[in-house]
Amino acid sequence: MALQIVAACVNCFACVEVCPSGAIVEAKPHFLINAKQCTECDGEYADPQCASICPIEAAILDASGVPLNPIGSLTGIPLALLAAREEVHHARS
Amino acid sequence: MDLKLDEATQQGTAQKGCAASGCGSNDQQLSHLPEAIREKVFNHPCYSEQAHHYFARMHVAVAPACNIQCNYCNRKYDCANESRPGVVSELLTPQQAVKKTLAVAANIPQMSVLGIAGPGDPLAQPQRTLETFRMLSEQAPDIKLCVSTNGLNLPNVVDELCEHNIDHVTITINCVDPVVGEKIYPWIFWNNRRIRGRKAAEILIAQQQKGLEMLVERGVLVKVNSVMIPGVNDEHLQEVSRLVKAKGAFLHNVMPLIAEEEHGTYYGIMKQRGPTAKELQALQDSCAGDMNMMRHCRQCRADAVGLLGEDRGAEFTLDKIETMEIDYAAAMEKRAQVHAAIEQELKAKQEKPAASVVNIPLSTLKKAPAKRPVLMAVATKGGGVINQHFGHANEFLIFEASGIGVRFIGTRRVDQYCVGQDSCNEDETTLDRVIKALDGCEVMLSARIGLPPYEALEAAGILPISDYAMEYIEDGVLGAYRQLEEMGRLAEQLHTGFSVA
Ligand code: SF4
Ligand code: SF4
Repeated sequence: MALQIVAACVNCFACVEVCPSGAIVEAKPHFLINAKQCTECDGEYADPQCASICPIEAAILDASGVPLNPIGSLTGIPLALLAAREEVHHARS
Repeated sequence: MDLKLDEATQQGTAQKGCAASGCGSNDQQLSHLPEAIREKVFNHPCYSEQAHHYFARMHVAVAPACNIQCNYCNRKYDCANESRPGVVSELLTPQQAVKKTLAVAANIPQMSVLGIAGPGDPLAQPQRTLETFRMLSEQAPDIKLCVSTNGLNLPNVVDELCEHNIDHVTITINCVDPVVGEKIYPWIFWNNRRIRGRKAAEILIAQQQKGLEMLVERGVLVKVNSVMIPGVNDEHLQEVSRLVKAKGAFLHNVMPLIAEEEHGTYYGIMKQRGPTAKELQALQDSCAGDMNMMRHCRQCRADAVGLLGEDRGAEFTLDKIETMEIDYAAAMEKRAQVHAAIEQELKAKQEKPAASVVNIPLSTLKKAPAKRPVLMAVATKGGGVINQHFGHANEFLIFEASGIGVRFIGTRRVDQYCVGQDSCNEDETTLDRVIKALDGCEVMLSARIGLPPYEALEAAGILPISDYAMEYIEDGVLGAYRQLEEMGRLAEQLHTGFSVA
């Protein structure tokens, strides 16, 4: 059982310092969770600490690959607006 | 005498000066502050309008993590409050930060302040911040240290901060009412949980106020920053101002929200507009009091180096620092000399009020026909002189000239005034933006200006004047005011409220 940090991570260090297991590695291009060390904070905290402080939606996934902070859940920006923004970005690039 | 003149100036302005009861109407100058505080801010480039032309400050980016979310921030970039939105600073370890600070302080002897402001919240996980401070207070005890924070973790760190001889702390307080707060902060990380909504705002506000009180009790200078968000906290900020000043904050600095869609912030995407230059100025005036000192705040980048308004960061990148040979002891001695010389110059200026407070006998003013105040924009690279080409200026100092003298109003950055749904279109040229930023100004003083922009400014009702190139700003502003008078332009639109009695 372990969580996973994926490419959306912006390397802000917030999770590193709250992880009770020292499981988070400062890596490039983005931080990583050492699956062997991660306990999902089980027995220590009600919520996994990294996912409770991470400011970036969909940067941390649970063991089954589902984002703990889904898109829209942290900023409150309506999904429709986010989708429209994505389209603009794709069209531009 | 200064105070009298200031009061008069204030009454002469279009805004009613100080409508809100909490903000004393005559404490425009440093002189209202207790002696101890005045001493402290006297040579602080971020707080003293005069000092910022002479002393230098720098920020180091050592604190990446944050413990709250603000709706004007996107954590892909630096803290939007303490830096410019959309900017990414070079993150340093505490060791690198100390090295950089010492290198800068050795090369720029005017260096007097080191600040830590981000890229996240310096006190969220304070070890890196505290370590930097500890090393610096040992190795460069003459450098003042300051730190900015959202306040959430402040009460827990106050005592440790005080150990490191910190005398300035900036707390960003955007509200004192959770109903307002929940519209600004979607969540905080608190006691190992993510807390949302009104509860989050309640906790944050309580911690900020407690932190403020604790710092004041311990004699630490506290400045409060607020971001003005039209329709969210703009009116509320007057109450914030009253409360924080009553609790002992020595300065309340109101900054405009900068929200652009491309920054990907909540406010940016939701098209929350920022205040216009006029709205900002009106609020700053109504909370005025000691605002005089902070209006030149430029929302520096978290890794900015140099005198306010210039950034010499590129000279001090990590690899360049590595190769520098520095005699630290000699550098500190040199600094002591330079600082002493500057202080002497500043003291001299204080004793002899320069053109900024003009000595026109009040008796003659009473009889003189009322002359309306005029806002003027000045392009300057610093040093208190009109020395910048119009085309190179991305910010302007705004002064108000009136029959009584010249008063510094604030700075306007060109990129700040691309705001609101309708005002920001892609075909807008830089010149259009400049003109928008100078809204309300009737004169633009620069060292030089090309013909096309000259004509565009003139067409927009802003008279460009380059006759005062390389002259002191106050002299130029006054000269331009006289020119307007000779042109008969001061008689137009008289303000009825103008009276000096
Ligand atoms: S779930 Fe807990 S143990 Fe695992 S990485 Fe996150 S904070 Fe560390
Ligand atoms: S808190 Fe989130 S964004 Fe920050 S380093 Fe950890 S995973 Fe990355």
